[in-house]
Amino acid sequence: MVPFTKLTGIAAPLPMINVDTDMIIPKQFLKTIKRTGLGKNLFDEMRYTQDGQEVPDFVLNQPKYRQAQILIAGENFGCGSSREHAPWALADFGIRCVIAPSFADIFHNNCFKNGILPIRLPQETIDALMAEAQNAPDPTFTVDLEQNLILRPTGNEPISFKIDPFNRECLLEGLDDIGLTMQKADKIQAFVAKQQAQAPWLYSAGAGA
Amino acid sequence: MSGPKTLFEKIWESHLVDVAEDGTSLLYIDRHLVHEVTSPQAFEGLRASGRKVLRPEATLAVPDHNVPTTDRSRPIEDETSRIQVQTLEENCREFGVQLFGMRDRRQGIVHVIGPEQGFTLPGTTIVCGDSHTSTHGAFGALAFGIGTSEVEHVLATQTLIQKRPKTMRISVEGTLPFGVTAKDVILAIIGKIGTAGGTGYVVEYAGSVIRGLSMEGRMTVCNMSIEGGARAGLIAPDEKTWAYLKGRPMAPKGEDWEKAVAWWRTLVSDEGATYDAEVLLKAEEIEPQVTWGTSPQDVVGITGRVPDPKNAKDEAQRRAMERALDYMGLTPGMPVEEIVLDKVFLGSCTNGRIEDLRAAAKVIAGKKIAANVQAMVVPGSGLVRYQAEQEGLDKIFKDAGFEWREAGCSMCLGMNPDQLSPKERCASTSNRNFEGRQGRQGRTHLLSPEMAAAAAVTGKLTDVRKLVA
Repeated sequence: MVPFTKLTGIAAPLPMINVDTDMIIPKQFLKTIKRTGLGKNLFDEMRYTQDGQEVPDFVLNQPKYRQAQILIAGENFGCGSSREHAPWALADFGIRCVIAPSFADIFHNNCFKNGILPIRLPQETIDALMAEAQNAPDPTFTVDLEQNLILRPTGNEPISFKIDPFNRECLLEGLDDIGLTMQKADKIQAFVAKQQAQAPWLYSAGAGA
Repeated sequence: MSGPKTLFEKIWESHLVDVAEDGTSLLYIDRHLVHEVTSPQAFEGLRASGRKVLRPEATLAVPDHNVPTTDRSRPIEDETSRIQVQTLEENCREFGVQLFGMRDRRQGIVHVIGPEQGFTLPGTTIVCGDSHTSTHGAFGALAFGIGTSEVEHVLATQTLIQKRPKTMRISVEGTLPFGVTAKDVILAIIGKIGTAGGTGYVVEYAGSVIRGLSMEGRMTVCNMSIEGGARAGLIAPDEKTWAYLKGRPMAPKGEDWEKAVAWWRTLVSDEGATYDAEVLLKAEEIEPQVTWGTSPQDVVGITGRVPDPKNAKDEAQRRAMERALDYMGLTPGMPVEEIVLDKVFLGSCTNGRIEDLRAAAKVIAGKKIAANVQAMVVPGSGLVRYQAEQEGLDKIFKDAGFEWREAGCSMCLGMNPDQLSPKERCASTSNRNFEGRQGRQGRTHLLSPEMAAAAAVTGKLTDVRKLVA
């Protein structure tokens, strides 16, 4: 996984609540067997008309935000389906940080597996950042994960944020958590031995039984 | 540690492999369900790193999202769908995972076949790359949806790295009024707590109404936990649970069965156990529910009216309501029963089980569907379909004018050809009414199987109680 340390880029404002993963990447694009190539279909139904023309009003179609690397959105971002295609589409488009008052749990987890930093901030702070992303002539922000700080285009007071320490370390180091878990193979084996004694039916039954 | 524990705590603690100082936990996973949409990249990841599936016998795979519900004798027409299903078949062969292929009678929606086969068991941890994995919580299992990277993690290690969630108990007490079903209960719950109300929580459903529900009804309730933001919802197992599981092909047998039931009997929240949040609903206050908007929290009683954004609690909510009403083509204040439909969809992991089909068939028996609607039944599995046919339900549906289809996810999300056209309006027993969910610009109203059947008969959203007095 690509490490996330410090990101400087345009922030696009998406002042909507409950943005669901069907909106982020509609079902017809889930038929892929790859992780890449989904960026062009990010927010497909809001971004394009039925015949594939760009919807000029949509934020990522506006010249100012076409190169956005940060997204600022309303509460409960990423709700709905568990599809990891949602963070894949964001990452493929170039968005590596989403800032919102709250996130749905599965989407939130999926972000960390793909080098995307989801930042939770209070609604008032989001309102202020959203206004800056909308109004600043150059809405370039810097998200510094090493310092846990967001630097703003207006030069206003930087915003500090908190990230779960384990997730933060995985992002900073670009760690493969399967590799980390495999280092605990002994503990997993010990667990299995114990469970097999206590609940043998979990091993005698099951698929192929 | 020795004080009274909730059901969730008992399952969680009995599956901890390792806990780091900061609370990050390595949780053992007993059962893993796999389908074609969220697994190809996970198997590819295993291949790329030279890893194996650690416990193939704890893993069960089935294609469900992409499969056509029409003729199964020919290959899937859509190339990308066909490749995805073939990829699952090849991956299962290569990694030694049992697969119920498209032409296997046991094929069906992953959350229908897990319980049906007895693969789903009380007290277990169950995951799947699908948010409706919460369904299996009906058996007193800790079951939740995961992303594809986590699918790969479970395939390789049979564990997941997790943070301990908070606990919420939702109690539904009293007696459900006539015509009110498990689907209405869960829609009412989501309406009350909101679509993010359960975020960060595992929900335990309790109370006399929940205990009174059948296993199918409990699955319907747990299924939509995620629509209330909770990754997992669970219900303490009881006699109904063992009765449902006994004799299922993948359930324990003989002496193992006796041992298992003895253990399962301990899977209740202890007297005095505490939760981080408590919610109470009174059954008598619930009426048949429908959704009017594009979020599952947008619920209203069938005797109600489409709400007015003027009454929204804040600006963000008002904008969301206006957008939803515009998308749905509805006017504030209009009676819900005046909403005219084009399609009726009966199926999905929420309501595609035998009991759902029986309930709907009871409403439509001897009646015809309205001329303005096209209606279809998509059983949750090949075995549900077979059983329904044995009971003659297919004939009741076909006589009424419903299409009788093969099993799969179908129009719940329209990854196969079963989709809404732009602006088509559908009464659907599924779980999501998001924009574009059932087809670009399609309009979805969520409701119970009984209400869907009533809607099919009249051609508009209808209070089922008027039809089955």
